Amino acid sequence: MIEKLTWRNLWRNRRRTTITMASVTFAVVLAIVMQSLQAGVFNHLQKSIISFYSGYLQVHRKGYQDEQIIENSFTASDSLMKKIAWSGVKYMVPRLELFALASNGNTTRGCMVVGTDPENEDRLTTLKSKIIQGTYFTATEHTALISEGLAKKLNLSVNDTLVLLGQGYQGTLGAGKYNIRGVVQFGQPKLNEGLVYLPLKTAQNSFNAEDILTSVALGLDDPADLEIIQKNLVANLGDPYEVLNWKQMMPDVENHMKVDTASFYVYAGILYLVIAFGLFGTVLMMIAERKVEFGMLIAIGMKKTKLGGMLIAETLLISISGAVLGMGISFPVVWYLEKKPIRFSGEFAKAYEQFGFEAIFPAILKTEIFISQSVIVLVMALLIGIYPLWHVSRLDPVTAMKK
Amino acid sequence: MNTVIDAHDLVRIYDKKTIPVYALNGVHLHIERGEFTAIKGPSGSGKTTLLNILGGLDKPTAGYVEINGTNITRLKGNELIDFRLHNIGFVFQSYNLIPVLTAKENIEFIMLLQKKPAKERDVRVRELLQQIGVADKANKRPSELSGGQQQRVAVARALATKPQFILADEPTANLDSVSAGHLLDMMAQLNKEENMTFIFSTHDQRVIEKARRVITLEDGKVVNDTAPAKLMHSSHSG
Repeated sequence: MIEKLTWRNLWRNRRRTTITMASVTFAVVLAIVMQSLQAGVFNHLQKSIISFYSGYLQVHRKGYQDEQIIENSFTASDSLMKKIAWSGVKYMVPRLELFALASNGNTTRGCMVVGTDPENEDRLTTLKSKIIQGTYFTATEHTALISEGLAKKLNLSVNDTLVLLGQGYQGTLGAGKYNIRGVVQFGQPKLNEGLVYLPLKTAQNSFNAEDILTSVALGLDDPADLEIIQKNLVANLGDPYEVLNWKQMMPDVENHMKVDTASFYVYAGILYLVIAFGLFGTVLMMIAERKVEFGMLIAIGMKKTKLGGMLIAETLLISISGAVLGMGISFPVVWYLEKKPIRFSGEFAKAYEQFGFEAIFPAILKTEIFISQSVIVLVMALLIGIYPLWHVSRLDPVTAMKK
Repeated sequence: MNTVIDAHDLVRIYDKKTIPVYALNGVHLHIERGEFTAIKGPSGSGKTTLLNILGGLDKPTAGYVEINGTNITRLKGNELIDFRLHNIGFVFQSYNLIPVLTAKENIEFIMLLQKKPAKERDVRVRELLQQIGVADKANKRPSELSGGQQQRVAVARALATKPQFILADEPTANLDSVSAGHLLDMMAQLNKEENMTFIFSTHDQRVIEKARRVITLEDGKVVNDTAPAKLMHSSHSG
């Protein structure tokens, strides 16, 4: 009967209950969709960054991150590589990175040379997919991949010869001539105008850096294990090495995500505050309208705790129904935005593509987002529910029944 | 007959700190089982205050009330609410039924608070609906009933728990003369058949005429009591 009474009380003023419920639904839908989009965009950004160059983790010689010179390198011994191949590491991309002069005839330009393992590089950064002319290289070739902008500046194309000259390991002079196997295109202008890829062995030979690496980039089986794997690698590799995750290597991106997350919480907070006031208004009106009835119920023998419980249940029912409805509406919206992300075009898209990122805003379907929003609504309803409980605890039936 | 209510030297002062108003000023009252008593008096004479104190809804500034030997003035919080639930029936001037429950559910509700089993509730509700003559309106909500019918349901609700006595604060005040007459006849019949003790506060001459005992209050004092000599003696001797 109490349940029946609670349910019927809820529908005493249908319009008011419906509007309150709708406002909760609206808040939940907005918060879930906003958060799912944000999480989706972050996820996309993270994947883009990781597959762009850095990988999830990188192993360097300590100090390399601050001063990226060939002297801050390390020897790729078998025992070291075995230590890096920690469980959860999907693939390793050993690299030798250095700066050199690239020339063709009388034209010379500065560039970054990346000696890498072609097969694993493609697995991590999908380098092969960035080829716009020619073909991909193999580990044993004496060839190069050149970025499109640099190729243009040097007036080079596929099958032409590229000359590289730079400082090798321990102050030696490194130089070589390479047949251009392919031209790769990067969205980011800085990279597109100054990057050359060589097979690792070729780069090591050319720059007198036998078995020398500047970094090992890592792909992981499960990105969620990033922190555990990083911690284990730090412990396992010891002092001369540093193990950095992509956030540490690109703190600007991490900061951007933090700021964006904080602004989401501010917006969501304002949204929920507005909804909380709406809900509180409903509770206040409900109490004012039923003051005489509450007095009568206490007079005839209903305990205040029971009456308070009934009122909390009414507030919770409105909020939970609104939240469940909100989740129900959000689910297909988020699912659709995950399958068919919002795709931008024009200047906005160009700005994104400049940084090598696809200009899409995908959502991500995460159970925890749905749960967290429903928990927020539940806590909000419980907090608001304290008021009628407090009101009833102080209610004097004689005063309440005076009209 | 046995004593249901024993009120001793009741004093109720409002606004004690500013200008004290004596709503009750030394009221002694003794009510026996089965009485049909009206408390009359002009507005502000203390009728409602007396009823509230007898019903455990208000506390006297001085004096005390014993119901079946229990000093209810000493009861607090849930103890007092529980006592009211099991011992006192209330009928209010404005009926005060729960608007979202039907007539049947309104009567049943109070028994539910008493945790009476469903079968017992069902039997009692049917019985009461028959007695008050609204069996055909059992599934109607208060808004679908006339004032007289609502007040009958309110009386049935008060009776449902078989309390020690029923307190009715101006039960006919909002009723037309026909409905008021029917209600009074019904209550008189219940008083006779169930030996239920009724105490009314009223201005209504028809109620006063039906009552077998009339207590007159003025300025918070009992100025007249038509109780039989034995009762008069015990109520004034404290």
